[in-house]
Amino acid sequence: MEFTSVVFYFLSAILLLAGLRVVTVRHPVHAALFLVLAFFTAAGLWVLLEAEFLAITLVLVYVGAVMVLFLFVVMMLDINIETMRADFRKYLPLAGLISGLMALEMYIVLGGQNFGLKMPTPKSADYSNTKALGRVLYTEYAYAFELAAVILLVAIVAAIALTLRRRSGLKWRDPATQVVVKKADRLRMVNLKPQKPGAPVEDEE
Amino acid sequence: MITVNHYLILGSLLFAISIMGLFLNRKNLVVILMAIELMLLAVNMNFVAFSHYLNDLSGQVFVFFILTVAAAESAIGLAILVLLFRNLRSIHVDDLGSLKG
Repeated sequence: MEFTSVVFYFLSAILLLAGLRVVTVRHPVHAALFLVLAFFTAAGLWVLLEAEFLAITLVLVYVGAVMVLFLFVVMMLDINIETMRADFRKYLPLAGLISGLMALEMYIVLGGQNFGLKMPTPKSADYSNTKALGRVLYTEYAYAFELAAVILLVAIVAAIALTLRRRSGLKWRDPATQVVVKKADRLRMVNLKPQKPGAPVEDEE
Repeated sequence: MITVNHYLILGSLLFAISIMGLFLNRKNLVVILMAIELMLLAVNMNFVAFSHYLNDLSGQVFVFFILTVAAAESAIGLAILVLLFRNLRSIHVDDLGSLKG
Protein backbone atom coordinates (compact mmCIF):
# COMPACT_ATOMS: atom_id res chain seq x y z
CA MET A 1 0.00 0.00 0.00
CA GLU A 2 1.49 3.31 -0.97
CA PHE A 3 1.75 6.28 1.32
CA THR A 4 -1.05 8.36 -0.25
CA SER A 5 -3.48 5.45 0.13
CA VAL A 6 -2.65 5.18 3.84
CA VAL A 7 -3.16 8.92 4.27
CA PHE A 8 -6.43 8.80 2.31
CA TYR A 9 -7.93 5.96 4.37
CA PHE A 10 -6.74 7.48 7.66
CA LEU A 11 -8.21 10.91 6.89
CA SER A 12 -11.44 9.44 5.46
CA ALA A 13 -11.99 7.37 8.58
CA ILE A 14 -11.55 10.44 10.79
CA LEU A 15 -13.82 12.48 8.51
CA LEU A 16 -16.64 9.94 8.56
CA LEU A 17 -16.38 9.39 12.31
CA ALA A 18 -16.41 13.14 12.93
CA GLY A 19 -19.42 13.55 10.63
CA LEU A 20 -21.24 10.76 12.44
CA ARG A 21 -20.52 12.35 15.80
CA VAL A 22 -21.77 15.75 14.57
CA VAL A 23 -25.23 14.34 14.01
CA THR A 24 -25.42 11.99 16.99
CA VAL A 25 -23.72 13.87 19.82
CA ARG A 26 -25.89 15.16 22.62
CA HIS A 27 -24.72 18.73 23.09
CA PRO A 28 -24.67 21.25 20.19
CA VAL A 29 -21.32 22.67 21.36
CA HIS A 30 -19.74 19.23 20.98
CA ALA A 31 -21.39 18.92 17.58
CA ALA A 32 -19.80 22.22 16.51
CA LEU A 33 -16.39 21.04 17.72
CA PHE A 34 -16.72 17.76 15.81
CA LEU A 35 -17.70 19.77 12.74
CA VAL A 36 -14.43 21.71 13.15
CA LEU A 37 -12.60 18.37 13.14
CA ALA A 38 -14.49 17.28 10.03
CA PHE A 39 -13.62 20.47 8.14
CA PHE A 40 -9.98 20.26 9.17
CA THR A 41 -9.74 16.65 8.00
CA ALA A 42 -11.44 17.55 4.72
CA ALA A 43 -8.80 20.25 4.25
CA GLY A 44 -6.16 17.53 4.64
CA LEU A 45 -7.87 15.46 1.95
CA TRP A 46 -7.95 18.47 -0.37
CA VAL A 47 -4.20 18.92 0.07
CA LEU A 48 -3.92 15.30 -1.05
CA LEU A 49 -5.89 16.32 -4.16
CA GLU A 50 -3.43 19.16 -4.87
CA ALA A 51 -5.98 21.85 -4.06
CA GLU A 52 -3.78 23.67 -1.56
CA PHE A 53 -5.41 27.07 -1.82
CA LEU A 54 -8.89 25.71 -1.16
CA ALA A 55 -7.60 23.64 1.76
CA ILE A 56 -6.16 26.74 3.39
CA THR A 57 -9.35 28.66 2.60
CA LEU A 58 -11.42 25.93 4.22
CA VAL A 59 -9.38 26.11 7.40
CA LEU A 60 -9.28 29.91 7.49
CA VAL A 61 -12.86 30.68 6.44
CA TYR A 62 -14.71 27.69 7.83
CA VAL A 63 -12.80 26.71 10.94
CA GLY A 64 -11.70 30.28 11.62
CA ALA A 65 -14.86 32.23 10.92
CA VAL A 66 -18.01 30.20 10.32
CA MET A 67 -17.48 27.63 13.05
CA VAL A 68 -16.53 30.31 15.56
CA LEU A 69 -19.79 32.02 14.64
CA PHE A 70 -21.62 28.73 15.22
CA LEU A 71 -19.96 28.21 18.59
CA PHE A 72 -20.71 31.80 19.54
CA VAL A 73 -24.40 31.44 18.73
CA VAL A 74 -24.73 28.03 20.38
CA MET A 75 -23.14 29.27 23.57
CA MET A 76 -25.18 32.49 23.54
CA LEU A 77 -28.50 30.70 23.23
CA ASP A 78 -29.82 28.91 26.26
CA ILE A 79 -30.99 25.69 24.63
CA ASN A 80 -32.95 23.03 26.39
CA ILE A 81 -31.30 19.88 25.06
CA GLU A 82 -33.65 17.33 26.57
CA THR A 83 -36.75 18.40 24.66
CA MET A 84 -34.67 18.58 21.48
CA ARG A 85 -33.74 14.93 21.64
CA ALA A 86 -37.15 13.69 22.69
CA ASP A 87 -37.68 11.37 19.73
CA PHE A 88 -34.07 10.71 18.79
CA ARG A 89 -34.47 6.96 19.30
CA LYS A 90 -37.82 6.87 17.54
CA TYR A 91 -36.37 8.24 14.31
CA LEU A 92 -33.08 6.31 14.45
CA PRO A 93 -34.25 3.24 12.44
CA LEU A 94 -35.93 5.34 9.74
CA ALA A 95 -32.96 7.68 9.46
CA GLY A 96 -30.52 4.77 9.32
CA LEU A 97 -32.62 3.00 6.69
CA ILE A 98 -32.99 6.01 4.41
CA SER A 99 -29.39 7.16 4.64
CA GLY A 100 -28.18 3.58 4.22
CA LEU A 101 -30.35 3.19 1.13
CA MET A 102 -29.00 6.46 -0.29
CA ALA A 103 -25.41 5.40 0.33
CA LEU A 104 -26.12 2.00 -1.26
CA GLU A 105 -27.70 3.57 -4.34
CA MET A 106 -24.80 5.93 -4.80
CA TYR A 107 -22.37 3.04 -4.34
CA ILE A 108 -24.15 1.07 -7.05
CA VAL A 109 -23.91 4.04 -9.41
CA LEU A 110 -20.37 5.11 -8.57
CA GLY A 111 -18.74 1.97 -7.22
CA GLY A 112 -17.18 -0.12 -9.94
CA GLN A 113 -16.39 2.28 -12.70
CA ASN A 114 -13.76 4.95 -12.95
CA PHE A 115 -15.42 7.19 -15.60
CA GLY A 116 -12.46 6.46 -17.87
CA LEU A 117 -10.26 8.81 -15.87
CA LYS A 118 -6.56 8.07 -15.70
CA MET A 119 -4.34 8.93 -12.78
CA PRO A 120 -3.20 12.53 -13.29
CA THR A 121 0.50 13.18 -13.56
CA PRO A 122 1.82 14.87 -10.43
CA LYS A 123 2.50 18.58 -10.78
CA SER A 124 6.09 19.81 -10.81
CA ALA A 125 7.55 21.31 -7.66
CA ASP A 126 7.38 24.92 -8.87
CA TYR A 127 3.67 24.69 -9.77
CA SER A 128 1.61 27.13 -7.72
CA ASN A 129 -2.04 26.22 -7.22
CA THR A 130 -2.84 29.69 -5.87
CA LYS A 131 -1.31 31.39 -8.91
CA ALA A 132 -3.14 29.16 -11.38
CA LEU A 133 -6.44 29.60 -9.54
CA GLY A 134 -5.98 33.35 -9.34
CA ARG A 135 -5.23 33.55 -13.05
CA VAL A 136 -8.50 31.76 -13.90
CA LEU A 137 -10.50 33.59 -11.25
CA TYR A 138 -9.56 37.10 -12.36
CA THR A 139 -9.90 36.51 -16.11
CA GLU A 140 -12.47 33.88 -17.00
CA TYR A 141 -14.57 34.14 -13.86
CA ALA A 142 -14.13 37.85 -13.05
CA TYR A 143 -17.85 38.56 -13.37
CA ALA A 144 -18.83 35.66 -11.10
CA PHE A 145 -16.14 36.75 -8.66
CA GLU A 146 -17.66 40.22 -8.37
CA LEU A 147 -21.11 38.69 -7.94
CA ALA A 148 -19.71 36.64 -5.04
CA ALA A 149 -18.47 39.88 -3.48
CA VAL A 150 -21.96 41.38 -3.84
CA ILE A 151 -23.47 38.29 -2.20
CA LEU A 152 -21.12 38.72 0.75
CA LEU A 153 -22.10 42.38 1.03
CA VAL A 154 -25.79 41.45 0.99
CA ALA A 155 -25.10 38.85 3.68
CA ILE A 156 -23.39 41.43 5.89
CA VAL A 157 -26.22 43.93 5.50
CA ALA A 158 -28.88 41.27 6.07
CA ALA A 159 -27.22 39.79 9.15
CA ILE A 160 -26.75 43.20 10.75
CA ALA A 161 -30.22 44.44 9.81
CA LEU A 162 -31.81 41.28 11.20
CA THR A 163 -30.12 41.40 14.58
CA LEU A 164 -30.12 45.18 15.06
CA ARG A 165 -32.53 46.39 17.70
CA ARG A 166 -33.11 49.61 19.55
CA ARG A 167 -33.47 48.86 23.22
CA SER A 168 -35.61 51.14 25.38
CA GLY A 169 -34.13 52.90 28.38
CA LEU A 170 -30.73 53.06 26.80
CA LYS A 171 -28.64 56.22 27.18
CA TRP A 172 -27.11 57.20 23.90
CA ARG A 173 -25.90 60.27 22.05
CA ASP A 174 -26.98 61.49 18.67
CA PRO A 175 -23.73 62.13 16.77
CA ALA A 176 -25.45 64.64 14.47
CA THR A 177 -26.42 67.00 17.28
CA GLN A 178 -22.99 66.47 18.78
CA VAL A 179 -21.33 67.61 15.58
CA VAL A 180 -23.48 70.69 14.92
CA VAL A 181 -23.03 72.15 18.41
CA LYS A 182 -21.57 75.71 18.43
CA LYS A 183 -19.31 77.48 20.86
CA ALA A 184 -22.07 79.81 21.97
CA ASP A 185 -24.25 76.86 23.07
CA ARG A 186 -21.76 75.62 25.61
CA LEU A 187 -19.57 78.60 26.57
CA ARG A 188 -20.60 81.61 28.70
CA MET A 189 -18.29 84.64 28.97
CA VAL A 190 -18.00 86.03 32.53
CA ASN A 191 -16.53 89.38 33.47
CA LEU A 192 -13.95 89.00 36.24
CA LYS A 193 -12.24 91.79 38.14
CA PRO A 194 -8.55 92.16 37.37
CA GLN A 195 -6.22 91.12 40.20
CA LYS A 196 -2.62 92.04 40.91
CA PRO A 197 -0.13 89.19 40.68
CA GLY A 198 1.26 88.27 44.09
CA ALA A 199 -1.56 89.95 45.97
CA PRO A 200 -2.99 87.90 48.88
CA VAL A 201 -6.13 86.06 48.01
CA GLU A 202 -9.09 87.26 50.01
CA ASP A 203 -10.48 84.40 51.95
CA GLU A 204 -13.63 84.49 54.01
CA GLU A 205 -12.43 83.11 57.26
CA MET B 1 -4.02 3.52 -5.73
CA ILE B 2 -6.66 6.12 -4.94
CA THR B 3 -8.97 6.72 -7.89
CA VAL B 4 -11.72 9.26 -8.34
CA ASN B 5 -14.46 6.92 -7.17
CA HIS B 6 -12.80 6.54 -3.77
CA TYR B 7 -13.43 10.24 -3.29
CA LEU B 8 -16.92 10.02 -4.77
CA ILE B 9 -17.89 7.24 -2.37
CA LEU B 10 -16.43 9.21 0.53
CA GLY B 11 -18.54 12.19 -0.55
CA SER B 12 -21.68 10.08 -0.85
CA LEU B 13 -21.14 8.54 2.59
CA LEU B 14 -20.71 12.00 4.07
CA PHE B 15 -23.88 13.13 2.32
CA ALA B 16 -25.80 10.12 3.67
CA ILE B 17 -24.55 10.87 7.18
CA SER B 18 -25.79 14.44 6.98
CA ILE B 19 -29.18 13.24 5.65
CA MET B 20 -29.33 11.04 8.75
CA GLY B 21 -28.48 14.10 10.83
CA LEU B 22 -31.45 15.98 9.39
CA PHE B 23 -33.74 13.11 10.40
CA LEU B 24 -32.32 12.62 13.88
CA ASN B 25 -32.11 16.27 14.90
CA ARG B 26 -35.26 17.57 13.30
CA LYS B 27 -36.15 19.56 16.43
CA ASN B 28 -32.84 21.36 16.78
CA LEU B 29 -32.33 24.16 14.30
CA VAL B 30 -28.60 24.59 15.08
CA VAL B 31 -27.74 20.98 14.31
CA ILE B 32 -29.86 21.15 11.13
CA LEU B 33 -27.69 24.05 9.95
CA MET B 34 -24.57 22.04 10.82
CA ALA B 35 -25.86 19.07 8.81
CA ILE B 36 -26.38 21.39 5.84
CA GLU B 37 -22.77 22.56 6.16
CA LEU B 38 -21.67 18.93 6.16
CA MET B 39 -23.70 18.29 2.99
CA LEU B 40 -22.02 21.21 1.25
CA LEU B 41 -18.66 19.78 2.29
CA ALA B 42 -19.57 16.45 0.68
CA VAL B 43 -20.54 18.22 -2.55
CA ASN B 44 -17.32 20.25 -2.52
CA MET B 45 -15.34 17.04 -2.07
CA ASN B 46 -16.74 15.74 -5.37
CA PHE B 47 -15.91 19.00 -7.13
CA VAL B 48 -12.32 19.00 -5.92
CA ALA B 49 -11.86 15.31 -6.78
CA PHE B 50 -13.11 15.77 -10.33
CA SER B 51 -11.04 18.93 -10.71
CA HIS B 52 -7.94 16.96 -9.76
CA TYR B 53 -8.58 13.90 -11.90
CA LEU B 54 -9.75 15.86 -14.97
CA ASN B 55 -6.85 18.29 -14.56
CA ASP B 56 -9.27 21.22 -14.86
CA LEU B 57 -9.24 24.20 -12.48
CA SER B 58 -12.90 25.13 -13.06
CA GLY B 59 -14.00 22.70 -10.37
CA GLN B 60 -11.86 24.45 -7.79
CA VAL B 61 -13.22 27.84 -8.84
CA PHE B 62 -16.72 26.48 -8.35
CA VAL B 63 -15.82 25.24 -4.86
CA PHE B 64 -14.56 28.74 -4.11
CA PHE B 65 -17.97 30.19 -5.00
CA ILE B 66 -19.82 27.49 -3.05
CA LEU B 67 -17.74 28.32 0.01
CA THR B 68 -18.64 32.00 -0.38
CA VAL B 69 -22.35 31.34 -0.69
CA ALA B 70 -22.29 28.81 2.17
CA ALA B 71 -20.58 31.29 4.48
CA ALA B 72 -23.18 33.93 3.62
CA GLU B 73 -25.99 31.42 4.10
CA SER B 74 -24.80 30.29 7.52
CA ALA B 75 -24.29 33.89 8.66
CA ILE B 76 -27.85 34.83 7.71
CA GLY B 77 -29.20 31.54 9.08
CA LEU B 78 -27.59 32.15 12.44
CA ALA B 79 -28.85 35.76 12.46
CA ILE B 80 -32.40 34.49 11.90
CA LEU B 81 -31.82 31.91 14.64
CA VAL B 82 -30.76 34.60 17.12
CA LEU B 83 -33.80 36.66 16.15
CA LEU B 84 -36.12 33.68 16.67
CA PHE B 85 -34.59 32.92 20.03
CA ARG B 86 -35.00 36.54 21.09
CA ASN B 87 -38.69 36.51 20.22
CA LEU B 88 -39.71 32.97 21.18
CA ARG B 89 -37.14 32.01 23.86
CA SER B 90 -36.66 28.69 22.09
CA ILE B 91 -35.30 27.27 18.83
CA HIS B 92 -37.51 24.20 18.90
CA VAL B 93 -38.71 23.62 15.35
CA ASP B 94 -42.28 22.94 16.51
CA ASP B 95 -42.48 26.44 17.98
CA LEU B 96 -41.75 28.01 14.63
CA GLY B 97 -45.04 26.99 13.03
CA SER B 98 -46.84 30.30 13.22
CA LEU B 99 -46.27 33.21 10.91
CA LYS B 100 -47.67 35.75 13.34
CA GLY B 101 -44.93 38.10 14.36
